[in-house]
Amino acid sequence: MRIIADTNTCVGAGQCVLTDPEVFDQSQDDGTVILLNERPADVEKAREAVNICPSGALSLVED
Amino acid sequence: MTDTDTTASTLPVARTCPHAPHAEHLRLREEAPISRVTLPTGKQAWALTRHEDVRTMVADPRFSADRTNPDFPTLLKTQQDATRALKPGMISMDPPEHGPARRAVLGEFTVKRMTAMRPRIQQIVDEHIDAMLAGPRPADLVRALSLPVPSLVICELLGVPYADHEFFQSRSAKLLNRETALEARRGVLLDLKAYLADLITTKETELPDDLLGRQIRKRRAEGGYDREDLISLSFLLLIAGHETTANMISLGTVGLLQHPEDLAAIKADPTKTPAAVEELLRYYTIVDFAPSRLATEDVELCGVQIKAGEGVVSLANMANHDPDVFADPMSLDIERGARHHIAFGFGAHQCLGQNLARLELQIVFDTLFARVPGLALAAAVDELPYKTDSTIYGLYQLPVTW
Repeated sequence: MRIIADTNTCVGAGQCVLTDPEVFDQSQDDGTVILLNERPADVEKAREAVNICPSGALSLVED
Repeated sequence: MTDTDTTASTLPVARTCPHAPHAEHLRLREEAPISRVTLPTGKQAWALTRHEDVRTMVADPRFSADRTNPDFPTLLKTQQDATRALKPGMISMDPPEHGPARRAVLGEFTVKRMTAMRPRIQQIVDEHIDAMLAGPRPADLVRALSLPVPSLVICELLGVPYADHEFFQSRSAKLLNRETALEARRGVLLDLKAYLADLITTKETELPDDLLGRQIRKRRAEGGYDREDLISLSFLLLIAGHETTANMISLGTVGLLQHPEDLAAIKADPTKTPAAVEELLRYYTIVDFAPSRLATEDVELCGVQIKAGEGVVSLANMANHDPDVFADPMSLDIERGARHHIAFGFGAHQCLGQNLARLELQIVFDTLFARVPGLALAAAVDELPYKTDSTIYGLYQLPVTW
Protein backbone atom coordinates (compact mmCIF):
# COMPACT_ATOMS: atom_id res chain seq x y z
CA MET A 1 0.00 0.00 0.00
CA ARG A 2 1.24 3.42 -0.95
CA ILE A 3 -0.10 6.80 0.12
CA ILE A 4 -0.46 9.62 -2.36
CA ALA A 5 -0.76 13.17 -0.99
CA ASP A 6 -1.91 16.05 -3.17
CA THR A 7 -0.50 19.22 -1.64
CA ASN A 8 -2.51 21.39 -4.04
CA THR A 9 -5.75 20.00 -2.62
CA CYS A 10 -4.57 19.84 1.02
CA VAL A 11 -6.11 22.46 3.36
CA GLY A 12 -3.81 21.72 6.30
CA ALA A 13 -6.44 20.52 8.74
CA GLY A 14 -3.74 18.36 10.33
CA GLN A 15 -6.02 15.39 10.93
CA CYS A 16 -3.53 13.05 9.26
CA VAL A 17 -0.77 14.24 11.60
CA LEU A 18 -3.01 13.47 14.59
CA THR A 19 -3.75 10.04 13.10
CA ASP A 20 -0.17 8.93 12.46
CA PRO A 21 2.70 11.34 13.12
CA GLU A 22 5.13 8.64 11.93
CA VAL A 23 3.73 9.00 8.42
CA PHE A 24 2.43 12.56 8.13
CA ASP A 25 3.80 15.98 8.97
CA GLN A 26 2.92 19.53 7.91
CA SER A 27 4.99 22.19 6.21
CA GLN A 28 5.85 24.87 8.76
CA ASP A 29 5.55 27.40 5.97
CA ASP A 30 2.11 26.75 4.49
CA GLY A 31 0.74 23.94 6.68
CA THR A 32 0.22 21.47 3.85
CA VAL A 33 0.91 17.77 4.22
CA ILE A 34 4.41 16.30 4.09
CA LEU A 35 4.65 12.53 3.64
CA LEU A 36 7.35 11.13 5.90
CA ASN A 37 6.81 7.60 4.69
CA GLU A 38 4.73 6.78 1.64
CA ARG A 39 4.51 3.11 2.59
CA PRO A 40 2.86 3.17 6.03
CA ALA A 41 3.56 0.36 8.50
CA ASP A 42 0.09 0.78 9.98
CA VAL A 43 -2.36 0.46 7.09
CA GLU A 44 -5.42 0.84 9.34
CA LYS A 45 -4.24 4.24 10.51
CA ALA A 46 -3.52 5.20 6.91
CA ARG A 47 -7.09 4.28 5.95
CA GLU A 48 -8.42 6.38 8.81
CA ALA A 49 -6.29 9.33 7.71
CA VAL A 50 -7.66 9.01 4.16
CA ASN A 51 -11.23 8.78 5.45
CA ILE A 52 -11.13 11.80 7.73
CA CYS A 53 -9.06 14.07 5.47
CA PRO A 54 -11.56 16.90 4.82
CA SER A 55 -10.18 17.94 1.44
CA GLY A 56 -9.72 14.53 -0.18
CA ALA A 57 -5.99 15.20 -0.54
CA LEU A 58 -4.99 11.68 0.50
CA SER A 59 -5.46 8.39 -1.30
CA LEU A 60 -4.18 4.85 -0.92
CA VAL A 61 -3.11 2.78 -3.89
CA GLU A 62 -2.10 -0.86 -4.12
CA ASP A 63 1.03 -1.47 -6.10
CA MET B 1 -36.58 12.98 -9.08
CA THR B 2 -37.76 15.95 -7.09
CA ASP B 3 -39.73 15.32 -3.95
CA THR B 4 -42.50 17.88 -4.24
CA ASP B 5 -44.75 16.27 -1.64
CA THR B 6 -42.56 17.00 1.34
CA THR B 7 -43.95 19.74 3.57
CA ALA B 8 -41.37 22.49 3.86
CA SER B 9 -40.42 23.06 7.46
CA THR B 10 -38.95 26.34 8.64
CA LEU B 11 -35.41 26.63 9.95
CA PRO B 12 -34.00 27.28 12.41
CA VAL B 13 -35.74 25.41 15.18
CA ALA B 14 -34.33 25.96 18.67
CA ARG B 15 -32.89 22.89 20.39
CA THR B 16 -35.06 21.30 23.04
CA CYS B 17 -32.34 18.91 24.19
CA PRO B 18 -28.76 20.15 24.70
CA HIS B 19 -27.31 17.41 22.51
CA ALA B 20 -29.91 15.37 20.60
CA PRO B 21 -31.22 16.56 17.23
CA HIS B 22 -34.60 18.29 17.32
CA ALA B 23 -37.71 16.14 16.70
CA GLU B 24 -38.47 18.30 13.67
CA HIS B 25 -35.08 17.44 12.15
CA LEU B 26 -35.60 13.75 12.91
CA ARG B 27 -38.99 13.99 11.17
CA LEU B 28 -37.31 15.50 8.10
CA ARG B 29 -34.94 12.54 7.88
CA GLU B 30 -37.84 10.09 8.23
CA GLU B 31 -39.44 11.66 5.17
CA ALA B 32 -36.35 12.00 3.03
CA PRO B 33 -32.61 12.38 3.64
CA ILE B 34 -32.76 15.70 1.79
CA SER B 35 -35.76 18.00 2.19
CA ARG B 36 -37.07 21.36 1.15
CA VAL B 37 -36.96 23.86 4.00
CA THR B 38 -37.93 27.50 4.37
CA LEU B 39 -35.29 29.90 5.69
CA PRO B 40 -36.04 32.93 7.92
CA THR B 41 -35.69 35.17 4.84
CA GLY B 42 -38.62 33.29 3.29
CA LYS B 43 -36.33 31.67 0.73
CA GLN B 44 -36.35 27.95 0.14
CA ALA B 45 -33.31 25.75 0.54
CA TRP B 46 -32.42 22.09 0.74
CA ALA B 47 -31.53 20.56 4.12
CA LEU B 48 -29.13 17.62 4.33
CA THR B 49 -29.43 15.20 7.22
CA ARG B 50 -27.03 12.37 6.37
CA HIS B 51 -23.31 12.35 7.19
CA GLU B 52 -22.39 10.93 3.79
CA ASP B 53 -24.42 13.50 1.85
CA VAL B 54 -22.85 16.42 3.71
CA ARG B 55 -19.39 15.08 2.91
CA THR B 56 -20.33 14.52 -0.74
CA MET B 57 -21.86 17.97 -1.08
CA VAL B 58 -18.92 19.97 0.29
CA ALA B 59 -16.46 17.99 -1.84
CA ASP B 60 -18.39 18.88 -5.02
CA PRO B 61 -16.95 22.01 -6.69
CA ARG B 62 -20.38 22.87 -8.09
CA PHE B 63 -21.33 24.06 -4.59
CA SER B 64 -20.00 27.50 -3.69
CA ALA B 65 -19.10 29.03 -0.32
CA ASP B 66 -19.59 32.59 -1.62
CA ARG B 67 -21.55 34.29 1.16
CA THR B 68 -21.63 37.54 -0.78
CA ASN B 69 -23.96 35.97 -3.36
CA PRO B 70 -27.50 37.22 -2.58
CA ASP B 71 -28.81 33.66 -3.04
CA PHE B 72 -26.45 32.16 -0.43
CA PRO B 73 -28.59 30.44 2.23
CA THR B 74 -28.59 32.24 5.58
CA LEU B 75 -30.25 31.29 8.85
CA LEU B 76 -30.52 34.96 9.79
CA LYS B 77 -33.68 36.98 9.23
CA THR B 78 -32.12 39.16 6.58
CA GLN B 79 -29.65 38.36 3.88
CA GLN B 80 -26.18 39.06 5.22
CA ASP B 81 -25.67 42.41 3.51
CA ALA B 82 -24.14 43.60 6.74
CA THR B 83 -21.06 41.51 6.10
CA ARG B 84 -20.25 43.81 3.18
CA ALA B 85 -18.67 46.01 5.83
CA LEU B 86 -15.73 43.64 5.59
CA LYS B 87 -13.84 42.44 2.54
CA PRO B 88 -14.90 38.82 1.92
CA GLY B 89 -12.51 36.52 3.75
CA MET B 90 -11.43 32.96 3.11
CA ILE B 91 -14.70 31.45 4.40
CA SER B 92 -16.47 33.07 1.43
CA MET B 93 -13.93 32.00 -1.18
CA ASP B 94 -14.00 29.23 -3.74
CA PRO B 95 -11.12 27.84 -5.80
CA PRO B 96 -8.81 29.15 -7.09
CA GLU B 97 -8.79 32.04 -4.55
CA HIS B 98 -9.47 29.97 -1.43
CA GLY B 99 -6.35 27.77 -1.38
CA PRO B 100 -3.74 30.56 -1.44
CA ALA B 101 -5.73 32.66 1.09
CA ARG B 102 -5.85 29.74 3.52
CA ARG B 103 -2.27 28.64 2.95
CA ALA B 104 -1.08 32.17 3.72
CA VAL B 105 -2.00 31.64 7.39
CA LEU B 106 -2.03 27.83 7.72
CA GLY B 107 1.55 27.66 8.97
CA GLU B 108 0.36 29.40 12.15
CA PHE B 109 -2.08 26.56 12.94
CA THR B 110 -0.14 23.35 12.30
CA VAL B 111 -0.36 20.54 14.85
CA LYS B 112 3.26 21.22 15.87
CA ARG B 113 2.67 24.95 16.34
CA MET B 114 -0.38 24.23 18.47
CA THR B 115 1.46 21.64 20.56
CA ALA B 116 4.16 24.22 21.24
CA MET B 117 1.48 26.40 22.85
CA ARG B 118 0.63 23.72 25.43
CA PRO B 119 2.74 25.09 28.33
CA ARG B 120 1.30 28.59 28.00
CA ILE B 121 -2.29 27.32 27.68
CA GLN B 122 -1.71 25.12 30.75
CA GLN B 123 -0.50 28.18 32.67
CA ILE B 124 -3.56 30.21 31.64
CA VAL B 125 -5.90 27.38 32.66
CA ASP B 126 -4.14 26.96 36.03
CA GLU B 127 -4.30 30.68 36.79
CA HIS B 128 -8.02 30.79 36.07
CA ILE B 129 -8.73 27.72 38.18
CA ASP B 130 -6.65 29.28 41.02
CA ALA B 131 -8.77 32.41 40.82
CA MET B 132 -12.02 30.44 40.74
CA LEU B 133 -11.01 28.36 43.78
CA ALA B 134 -10.06 31.51 45.68
CA GLY B 135 -13.48 33.04 45.00
CA PRO B 136 -16.98 32.39 46.29
CA ARG B 137 -19.07 29.28 45.63
CA PRO B 138 -21.02 28.76 43.49
CA ALA B 139 -19.02 30.23 40.62
CA ASP B 140 -20.06 30.80 37.02
CA LEU B 141 -17.74 28.54 35.02
CA VAL B 142 -18.42 30.52 31.83
CA ARG B 143 -16.94 33.71 33.30
CA ALA B 144 -14.33 31.94 35.41
CA LEU B 145 -12.91 29.58 32.79
CA SER B 146 -14.82 28.77 29.59
CA LEU B 147 -14.72 32.23 28.05
CA PRO B 148 -11.47 33.76 29.35
CA VAL B 149 -9.21 30.80 28.47
CA PRO B 150 -9.82 30.63 24.70
CA SER B 151 -10.21 34.40 24.54
CA LEU B 152 -6.81 34.98 26.15
CA VAL B 153 -5.20 32.31 23.98
CA ILE B 154 -6.47 33.74 20.69
CA CYS B 155 -5.58 37.28 21.83
CA GLU B 156 -2.00 36.26 22.58
CA LEU B 157 -1.70 34.35 19.31
CA LEU B 158 -3.04 37.23 17.21
CA GLY B 159 -1.52 40.02 19.25
CA VAL B 160 -4.83 41.59 20.33
CA PRO B 161 -4.69 43.25 23.78
CA TYR B 162 -6.73 41.08 26.16
CA ALA B 163 -7.53 44.25 28.13
CA ASP B 164 -10.04 44.95 25.33
CA HIS B 165 -11.83 41.62 25.74
CA GLU B 166 -15.10 43.11 26.99
CA PHE B 167 -15.26 45.23 23.84
CA PHE B 168 -14.97 42.34 21.38
CA GLN B 169 -16.68 39.67 23.49
CA SER B 170 -19.84 41.77 23.83
CA ARG B 171 -19.82 42.56 20.13
CA SER B 172 -19.20 39.02 19.01
CA ALA B 173 -22.09 37.87 21.23
CA LYS B 174 -24.35 40.32 19.38
CA LEU B 175 -23.16 39.10 15.99
CA LEU B 176 -23.79 35.48 16.93
CA ASN B 177 -27.27 36.17 18.25
CA ARG B 178 -29.77 35.44 15.51
CA GLU B 179 -32.16 38.04 16.95
CA THR B 180 -29.77 40.95 16.37
CA ALA B 181 -31.33 43.11 13.66
CA LEU B 182 -29.52 44.07 10.47
CA GLU B 183 -28.72 47.68 11.44
CA ALA B 184 -27.37 46.66 14.85
CA ARG B 185 -25.35 43.94 13.15
CA ARG B 186 -23.83 46.45 10.76
CA GLY B 187 -22.99 48.80 13.64
CA VAL B 188 -21.21 46.05 15.53
CA LEU B 189 -19.26 45.01 12.44
CA LEU B 190 -18.16 48.58 11.80
CA ASP B 191 -17.06 48.93 15.46
CA LEU B 192 -14.99 45.77 15.24
CA LYS B 193 -13.59 46.75 11.85
CA ALA B 194 -12.49 50.16 13.14
CA TYR B 195 -10.88 48.54 16.18
CA LEU B 196 -8.98 45.98 14.10
CA ALA B 197 -7.98 48.58 11.49
CA ASP B 198 -6.37 50.72 14.24
CA LEU B 199 -4.64 47.69 15.72
CA ILE B 200 -3.29 46.50 12.37
CA THR B 201 -2.17 50.00 11.35
CA THR B 202 -0.06 50.19 14.51
CA LYS B 203 1.40 46.76 13.80
CA GLU B 204 2.38 47.85 10.29
CA THR B 205 5.08 50.03 11.83
CA GLU B 206 5.90 48.05 14.99
CA LEU B 207 5.91 44.63 13.24
CA PRO B 208 5.59 42.63 16.48
CA ASP B 209 6.30 38.90 16.65
CA ASP B 210 2.65 37.85 16.78
CA LEU B 211 0.41 36.34 14.11
CA LEU B 212 -0.69 39.69 12.71
CA GLY B 213 2.84 41.12 12.72
CA ARG B 214 4.17 37.98 11.03
CA GLN B 215 1.39 38.11 8.44
CA ILE B 216 2.21 41.73 7.58
CA ARG B 217 5.88 40.85 7.06
CA LYS B 218 5.09 37.71 5.07
CA ARG B 219 2.52 39.41 2.85
CA ARG B 220 4.75 42.42 2.21
CA ALA B 221 7.67 40.15 1.31
CA GLU B 222 5.43 38.31 -1.15
CA GLY B 223 4.19 41.61 -2.55
CA GLY B 224 0.51 41.16 -1.80
CA TYR B 225 -0.11 43.04 1.44
CA ASP B 226 -3.65 44.42 1.74
CA ARG B 227 -4.82 45.76 5.09
CA GLU B 228 -8.44 44.93 4.30
CA ASP B 229 -7.53 41.27 3.86
CA LEU B 230 -5.83 41.22 7.25
CA ILE B 231 -8.79 42.96 8.91
CA SER B 232 -11.11 40.24 7.56
CA LEU B 233 -8.72 37.49 8.65
CA SER B 234 -8.26 38.89 12.17
CA PHE B 235 -12.03 39.36 12.49
CA LEU B 236 -12.63 35.72 11.59
CA LEU B 237 -9.93 34.38 13.93
CA LEU B 238 -10.96 36.59 16.84
CA ILE B 239 -14.68 35.75 16.65
CA ALA B 240 -14.27 32.07 15.78
CA GLY B 241 -11.41 31.67 18.21
CA HIS B 242 -13.15 32.22 21.49
CA GLU B 243 -16.94 31.68 21.36
CA THR B 244 -16.78 28.21 19.86
CA THR B 245 -14.24 26.72 22.26
CA ALA B 246 -15.85 28.54 25.19
CA ASN B 247 -19.18 26.87 24.51
CA MET B 248 -17.59 23.45 24.14
CA ILE B 249 -15.76 23.87 27.46
CA SER B 250 -19.06 24.61 29.21
CA LEU B 251 -21.10 21.89 27.51
CA GLY B 252 -18.29 19.34 27.72
CA THR B 253 -18.00 19.95 31.47
CA VAL B 254 -21.74 19.31 31.84
CA GLY B 255 -21.49 16.19 29.66
CA LEU B 256 -18.64 14.72 31.67
CA LEU B 257 -20.32 15.49 35.00
CA GLN B 258 -23.42 13.71 33.72
CA HIS B 259 -21.36 10.67 32.72
CA PRO B 260 -19.27 9.92 35.83
CA GLU B 261 -17.91 6.63 34.46
CA ASP B 262 -16.49 8.36 31.41
CA LEU B 263 -15.13 11.12 33.60
CA ALA B 264 -13.47 8.56 35.89
CA ALA B 265 -11.97 6.85 32.82
CA ILE B 266 -10.25 10.00 31.54
CA LYS B 267 -9.12 11.00 35.02
CA ALA B 268 -7.54 7.57 35.49
CA ASP B 269 -5.98 7.62 32.02
CA PRO B 270 -5.61 11.06 30.37
CA THR B 271 -4.48 9.40 27.12
CA LYS B 272 -8.23 8.83 26.68
CA THR B 273 -9.01 12.54 26.82
CA PRO B 274 -8.41 13.30 23.11
CA ALA B 275 -10.96 10.63 22.11
CA ALA B 276 -13.38 11.93 24.74
CA VAL B 277 -13.01 15.43 23.29
CA GLU B 278 -13.86 14.14 19.79
CA GLU B 279 -16.96 12.41 21.15
CA LEU B 280 -18.05 15.55 23.04
CA LEU B 281 -17.58 17.57 19.84
CA ARG B 282 -19.83 15.09 18.02
CA TYR B 283 -22.37 14.77 20.82
CA TYR B 284 -23.00 18.51 21.18
CA THR B 285 -22.17 19.72 17.63
CA ILE B 286 -22.48 23.37 18.64
CA VAL B 287 -22.81 24.73 15.09
CA ASP B 288 -26.16 23.40 13.90
CA PHE B 289 -26.54 24.65 10.34
CA ALA B 290 -23.16 24.16 8.70
CA PRO B 291 -21.73 23.73 6.19
CA SER B 292 -24.03 25.75 3.92
CA ARG B 293 -23.40 26.13 0.21
CA LEU B 294 -24.96 27.53 -2.96
CA ALA B 295 -25.35 25.39 -6.08
CA THR B 296 -23.70 27.08 -9.06
CA GLU B 297 -24.89 24.41 -11.51
CA ASP B 298 -27.73 21.89 -11.55
CA VAL B 299 -26.60 18.95 -9.39
CA GLU B 300 -28.25 15.66 -8.55
CA LEU B 301 -27.63 14.79 -4.92
CA CYS B 302 -29.11 11.69 -3.32
CA GLY B 303 -31.83 11.42 -5.94
CA VAL B 304 -32.84 15.09 -5.74
CA GLN B 305 -32.28 17.61 -8.50
CA ILE B 306 -30.76 20.76 -6.99
CA LYS B 307 -30.91 23.67 -9.37
CA ALA B 308 -28.26 26.33 -9.94
CA GLY B 309 -28.95 29.20 -7.53
CA GLU B 310 -30.50 27.01 -4.84
CA GLY B 311 -29.05 26.90 -1.34
CA VAL B 312 -28.11 23.81 0.64
CA VAL B 313 -27.91 23.76 4.44
CA SER B 314 -26.35 20.86 6.34
CA LEU B 315 -27.97 19.88 9.63
CA ALA B 316 -24.63 19.10 11.26
CA ASN B 317 -26.10 17.72 14.45
CA MET B 318 -28.20 15.29 12.40
CA ALA B 319 -25.14 14.20 10.41
CA ASN B 320 -23.26 13.69 13.67
CA HIS B 321 -26.16 11.58 15.00
CA ASP B 322 -26.52 9.58 11.78
CA PRO B 323 -27.20 6.00 12.93
CA ASP B 324 -25.58 4.64 9.74
CA VAL B 325 -22.29 6.17 10.86
CA PHE B 326 -22.46 6.36 14.67
CA ALA B 327 -24.06 3.38 16.42
CA ASP B 328 -26.50 4.37 19.18
CA PRO B 329 -25.85 8.02 18.28
CA MET B 330 -27.82 9.62 21.11
CA SER B 331 -25.46 8.08 23.69
CA LEU B 332 -22.18 9.58 24.78
CA ASP B 333 -19.50 6.93 24.25
CA ILE B 334 -15.94 8.18 24.62
CA GLU B 335 -14.58 4.88 23.28
CA ARG B 336 -16.55 4.90 20.01
CA GLY B 337 -13.90 6.55 17.84
CA ALA B 338 -15.74 9.66 16.69
CA ARG B 339 -12.96 11.38 14.76
CA HIS B 340 -14.97 11.40 11.51
CA HIS B 341 -17.59 13.74 13.02
CA ILE B 342 -18.24 17.00 11.15
CA ALA B 343 -18.39 19.32 14.17
CA PHE B 344 -15.54 21.32 12.58
CA GLY B 345 -17.24 21.14 9.19
CA PHE B 346 -15.83 19.18 6.27
CA GLY B 347 -14.28 19.98 2.91
CA ALA B 348 -11.80 22.70 2.06
CA HIS B 349 -13.26 25.09 4.66
CA GLN B 350 -12.97 22.76 7.65
CA CYS B 351 -12.11 24.78 10.76
CA LEU B 352 -8.65 26.34 10.59
CA GLY B 353 -8.32 26.45 14.37
CA GLN B 354 -9.53 22.92 15.09
CA ASN B 355 -6.22 21.75 16.58
CA LEU B 356 -6.07 24.75 18.87
CA ALA B 357 -9.62 23.99 20.02
CA ARG B 358 -8.75 20.32 20.61
CA LEU B 359 -5.70 21.25 22.67
CA GLU B 360 -7.59 23.79 24.78
CA LEU B 361 -10.41 21.34 25.47
CA GLN B 362 -8.00 18.55 26.42
CA ILE B 363 -6.02 20.78 28.78
CA VAL B 364 -9.13 22.28 30.37
CA PHE B 365 -10.87 18.95 31.06
CA ASP B 366 -7.71 17.21 32.31
CA THR B 367 -6.82 20.11 34.59
CA LEU B 368 -10.26 21.10 35.83
CA PHE B 369 -11.31 17.63 36.99
CA ALA B 370 -7.88 16.81 38.44
CA ARG B 371 -7.64 20.04 40.42
CA VAL B 372 -11.31 20.30 41.42
CA PRO B 373 -12.29 16.66 42.05
CA GLY B 374 -15.47 17.68 43.83
CA LEU B 375 -16.73 19.82 40.95
CA ALA B 376 -20.53 19.68 40.67
CA LEU B 377 -23.28 21.60 38.94
CA ALA B 378 -25.01 24.14 41.18
CA ALA B 379 -28.21 24.13 39.09
CA ALA B 380 -30.40 21.52 37.43
CA VAL B 381 -29.14 20.53 33.97
CA ASP B 382 -32.47 21.22 32.29
CA GLU B 383 -32.71 24.67 33.86
CA LEU B 384 -29.36 25.95 32.63
CA PRO B 385 -29.45 29.01 30.30
CA TYR B 386 -28.74 27.39 26.94
CA LYS B 387 -27.96 29.54 23.89
CA THR B 388 -31.00 28.59 21.86
CA ASP B 389 -30.97 32.00 20.10
CA SER B 390 -27.36 31.86 18.93
CA THR B 391 -25.78 30.55 15.75
CA ILE B 392 -23.32 28.79 18.07
CA TYR B 393 -25.01 26.65 20.72
CA GLY B 394 -23.73 26.70 24.26
CA LEU B 395 -24.37 28.12 27.71
CA TYR B 396 -24.72 31.71 28.86
CA GLN B 397 -23.88 30.71 32.43
CA LEU B 398 -22.83 27.52 34.18
CA PRO B 399 -23.13 27.65 37.98
CA VAL B 400 -20.71 25.19 39.58
CA THR B 401 -19.62 24.41 43.09
CA TRP B 402 -17.00 22.11 44.68
